[in-house]
Amino acid sequence: MSGEIQPIVMPKWGLAMQEGMLAEWLVEEGATIDKGQEIAEIETSKIANVFESPAAGVLRRRVAEEGQTLPVGALLAVLAPATVEEEAIDRFVAAFQERFAEALAAGAAQAAPEPRTVEAGGRRIRYLEVGEGAGPPVVFIHGFGGDLSSWTLNQEALSETRRTIALDLPGHGGSDKSVATGSLAELAEAVADFLEAMEIPRAHLVGHSLGGAVALELALERPGKAAGLTLVAPAGFGEEIASAYLEGFLQEKRVKKLRPVLEMLVHDPATISREMVEEVLRYKRLDGVVEALSRIRESCFAEGRQRIELRSRLGELAVPVQILWGREDRILPVRQAEGLPEDVPVTVFEACGHLAHMEKAAECNTRIAAMLERA
Amino acid sequence: MPKKSFRQAINEALRQEMERDPTVIVMGEDVAGGMGAPGEDDAWGGPLGVTKGLMPLFGRERVLDTPISESAFVGAAVGAATTGLRPVAELMFVDFMGVCFDQIFNQAAKFRYMFGGKATTPLVIRTMYGAGFRAASQHSQCLYNLFTHIPGLKVAVPSNAYEAKGLLTQAIRDDDPVIFFEHKAMYDDEAEVPDEPYAIAFGEANVTREGEDVTIIALGRMVNFANAAADRLAAEGISCTVVDPRTTSPLDRDTILETVEETGRAVVVDEAHPRCSMATDIAALIGQEIFDSLEAPVRMVTAPHAPVPFSPALEDMYIPGVDRIVEAVRQVHGHGRR
Repeated sequence: MSGEIQPIVMPKWGLAMQEGMLAEWLVEEGATIDKGQEIAEIETSKIANVFESPAAGVLRRRVAEEGQTLPVGALLAVLAPATVEEEAIDRFVAAFQERFAEALAAGAAQAAPEPRTVEAGGRRIRYLEVGEGAGPPVVFIHGFGGDLSSWTLNQEALSETRRTIALDLPGHGGSDKSVATGSLAELAEAVADFLEAMEIPRAHLVGHSLGGAVALELALERPGKAAGLTLVAPAGFGEEIASAYLEGFLQEKRVKKLRPVLEMLVHDPATISREMVEEVLRYKRLDGVVEALSRIRESCFAEGRQRIELRSRLGELAVPVQILWGREDRILPVRQAEGLPEDVPVTVFEACGHLAHMEKAAECNTRIAAMLERA
Repeated sequence: MPKKSFRQAINEALRQEMERDPTVIVMGEDVAGGMGAPGEDDAWGGPLGVTKGLMPLFGRERVLDTPISESAFVGAAVGAATTGLRPVAELMFVDFMGVCFDQIFNQAAKFRYMFGGKATTPLVIRTMYGAGFRAASQHSQCLYNLFTHIPGLKVAVPSNAYEAKGLLTQAIRDDDPVIFFEHKAMYDDEAEVPDEPYAIAFGEANVTREGEDVTIIALGRMVNFANAAADRLAAEGISCTVVDPRTTSPLDRDTILETVEETGRAVVVDEAHPRCSMATDIAALIGQEIFDSLEAPVRMVTAPHAPVPFSPALEDMYIPGVDRIVEAVRQVHGHGRR
């Protein structure tokens, strides 16, 4: 009869996720649940999100308790028809836990891939490489204040068929913190140096926000380097930018004050986990970070306006480009995606803020995969 | 991110600051070991191996073994600081501070004030504190409160390896004398610690748990106990905020008061004796500033007003533990409720 009993386990959201905290159950024991129904809230070091049931049935047992942190794959709950006896569920849970403990002990729970560093143009650049496949690799470029982990929900999906590489821009993540002027040209040059050091002649560039502008600048200045461009809420498409965000990101030193600033990034503020806020604070404490970010802000976004303008140069591109944007973007308004040349497709996601690649990860991944097919 | 022990974190902060700034020197009893004697160099690295590896990198001129005379080498460190060096002196056990207290509280702490702000004393004294090591009354005390009482001194009490590296880096870069407290039972405790240098600002508390019912303020090793207590209490439906002030001087009054205003109930945990301590200091601060926000009396969880016992059984009872914190929170939480 155990074939009718189904486990629900801790999901794996993105490459880096090793464990998650079950913050809250949204369903009671005994409830009949549908596939896709929101059954729990789970927090990871990156993101807090609702967990949708991967299967339908009667939720007979909640195994994980609220507040408990468990590894990916650990038993959260048990689904089984009402006719299955309690003892059978007890036996199922016991057997599952025993197998899972053995698997963990044997190291079968796969270790997350580790970032590496490379010397490029006199700088140490950190990157995370996953997957292989024919065709130009996908290179992800994060936004202002972000790092390679910004792409944790995208890189794994795309790595199934391609070599994918996410890098940390100078001044960010685990790359060298020194920047000269912090100009867009300097950042694009750093990415070009990185591609050279990695012996990547041509790549699909996926950039978010400032990283979108970096990708576009690189494609414009170094024709041939880019095979295609996916720009997620890119900078350089209008003057307006939420200066309160830039200011708050640089100034605020406490979780309580920084959290509302980071919440501006997303449509649903609950997406911003406490750990995410703390990670930003830890990053900002590293020697040289605030100086580097201040320089980049001075160069690219002085006096609360975008000083980089790339919209008018889209016509120069010889490779396909697509633009993805969240309707509720409070950092760079979605209207900056209006009035673009007809051969530049724009996708706008509803109920989505500035972090479309995280908030609408699956949809973005589909769009990026489609771009890989095109070129 | 790499996991490092509290010991490694401190060693790394020292190494990186010595690399960054040639005026940073390390001195103390056997901080390298074997100075002026035949035999293995750097055999010792301090009583618990914290400074091991520094002398081969920076040489005897910057990593100085000193005679067993706290009054002499702490005085020398104070003097060196006034000449422009940034000495990090190791006072093996804080219990030994009695013999060098004049150098600290009457000299180092006073220079900036008495010379009209023209003198700086960028001195750090690292020192071990705390019970649980079966080392009896003269090697187990928790004396950050004595230093906190003295204006002109800054006092840091890190609660884990990440905090230790960032706070020690800040201590070395600070232009005022800083007394840096390392709990001797925590040296092997690991946390994620970045390889790169970073500084944690003084006077900015860390909120390690956010809750709605009770605020627990705890220091040093007690922060870990308070976190464990908060996690246990969460299972029974009591949600706690935990505040780690990080430094007792300067003290982040704002975060303490704001978080207690939110919950209306407070427990202060201090491994020191209960009289004239951070526990009484913080309890008084809350009582004086936000009395009208309180739903219950502030409770203190401290060691008793007694020397640290040598009997292991008694020493275990002496140290404030998770059970006592849980019990105090339950009392405060239940006060005034039907």
